[in-house]
Amino acid sequence: MPTLKQKPTRSQNRTGYLFASPWLFGFFALTLGPMVLSFLFAFIRWDGISVDTIKWVGLGNYARAMRDPDVGIALWNTAYYSFISVPLGLSVALGLAMLLNQKLRGISLFRTIFYMPSVIGGVATIMMWIWVFNPEYGLLNGALRQGCNLLAAMGLTSARTWVLPQWIFSARWAKPSLILMSMWGAGASMLIFLAALQNVPDSLYEAADLDGAGRWSKFLHITVPQISPAIFFNLIMGIIGSFQVFAQAFLMTNGGPNKATLFYVLYLYNKAFQDFEIGYASALAWILFVIILFFTLLVIRSSKVWVYYEGD
Amino acid sequence: MKRRTATEYKLRRKAFRTVLYTLAIGLSLTFLFPVVWAVGASFKPLIEVYRFPPTLFPWPPQWQNYPAALSKLPFARFIGNTFVITMGATLGQVFSASLVGYAFARLHWRGRSFWFVCLLATMMLPGQVLLIPHYLIFKNLGWVNTYKPLIVPAWLGGGAFFIFLFRQFFKGIPSELEDAARIDGANELQIYARIFLPLAKPILITVAIMSFIGHWKNFMGPLIYLSDYERYPIALGLRMYQQVEGGSFVHYLMAASVVALFPLLILFFLAQRYITKGLLLTGSKA
Repeated sequence: MPTLKQKPTRSQNRTGYLFASPWLFGFFALTLGPMVLSFLFAFIRWDGISVDTIKWVGLGNYARAMRDPDVGIALWNTAYYSFISVPLGLSVALGLAMLLNQKLRGISLFRTIFYMPSVIGGVATIMMWIWVFNPEYGLLNGALRQGCNLLAAMGLTSARTWVLPQWIFSARWAKPSLILMSMWGAGASMLIFLAALQNVPDSLYEAADLDGAGRWSKFLHITVPQISPAIFFNLIMGIIGSFQVFAQAFLMTNGGPNKATLFYVLYLYNKAFQDFEIGYASALAWILFVIILFFTLLVIRSSKVWVYYEGD
Repeated sequence: MKRRTATEYKLRRKAFRTVLYTLAIGLSLTFLFPVVWAVGASFKPLIEVYRFPPTLFPWPPQWQNYPAALSKLPFARFIGNTFVITMGATLGQVFSASLVGYAFARLHWRGRSFWFVCLLATMMLPGQVLLIPHYLIFKNLGWVNTYKPLIVPAWLGGGAFFIFLFRQFFKGIPSELEDAARIDGANELQIYARIFLPLAKPILITVAIMSFIGHWKNFMGPLIYLSDYERYPIALGLRMYQQVEGGSFVHYLMAASVVALFPLLILFFLAQRYITKGLLLTGSKA
């Protein structure tokens, strides 16, 4: 019977490739091939319809992207969204996880409630949030208005001085609205943090108590390092996901108001499927790839400093 | 450290726990509110939606909102379409991911580790790079405006992540079972189908559920490939509703949204264990 160390026989090779063939075929046809195609597309101008409109532009598309003010806007919007929603989302997730880790009663119910939005989320919940954000009749402003009236009734403030934000209808509040909505989906990260928290040995905390460590010190020097792999994972997933934000902007604001929510992938989509600029959109896609890769590698590189694995 | 009496400790702890409970309940309500409010709105007569102060749940509930909302656009059809797409894709993912995962885990073939690295590399690729070539490829195949671009890729390996899950799982199964079967003269396919596959039931279910949820929610794929509205899945159907009626008939839009959510909600409650496990597997892969 052939062992691991020996070269596989012809029949073994055949079997292996046979079982793996669906993926291998897909890899060439739907991953590698398209990657090469899209790389090449970035060097041409084409509308994707008739072959005679193809024109070679070399690095022209990339140059255009550098000059295109909308690209700058899209990058800024995406960076704004990502660099705020990711840390915020992680904090919320960690906070919720720590709350759930407290051995309260009914924990599975709370966990279900916090986790549910990230599972059922999609177009349906986006529709619900559009209405939640409605400045006149929506839940958010309704609650805020009640709160203001309450404060006014207690004499703490004048009810008339409060102007409530227009949320997704305001260029100023549109991105914060989407960031707020994204925190609603923190449940998935929360579960990962919860699992990590539950794996931290109590003995570490007990030892710290003996040394007289305060709550914050215990958090900073025990909890954080112990769950750093989970932080690492959620951070990378968060970055990758947030850079690709699309559906919310497409459905709720369509890039507005005033391009406030013109996120990068939305811009790419418009260029590809509305303006039929295959070449330019492909160049944009590769730029995005490089950016995401850059930040991912950055986090991975830095992880050597702050991530502690078992047995370190 | 400050000296405290035993009762002081007990009181402090009680106070702390009360704060925690309040926090937990408060946050839960906050998390629930959008959905609860939407459900309430779906039962309201239109004027009540615009009332201030806003009411949570109307009395009497306007049950007729639902059939009214669902008849404005062919929602039953949209849901049916979603089922077709989702089942087709999920079946493909479960089937092919387990096959390929098995190949990476238990079969020995030249180049296996090389291809595995390729597999992992594809997990890093953002979909946007492939978006346009995929569309052009499918267009030239004549697959635009059909479900094929949404279903067929799922059968070609089912995605690197699920393959990885199966591989990890199959790797963990002791080789004695395999060896015994081999001695009995079973071929590879039989070993896979009769021994490994039945053992993989929990992970098959997990993958099936995760795949189902993902495809049910899929928006961009159908958006790009489907132009006939009769073929729309529920995600596009809702958007169409929003464009056609949404601004004026919020209560109907909410009813339609609730209906769209319903299968996911049910699946979530029935299979929560598996969904959570699937999620944690994502994390442990790191």
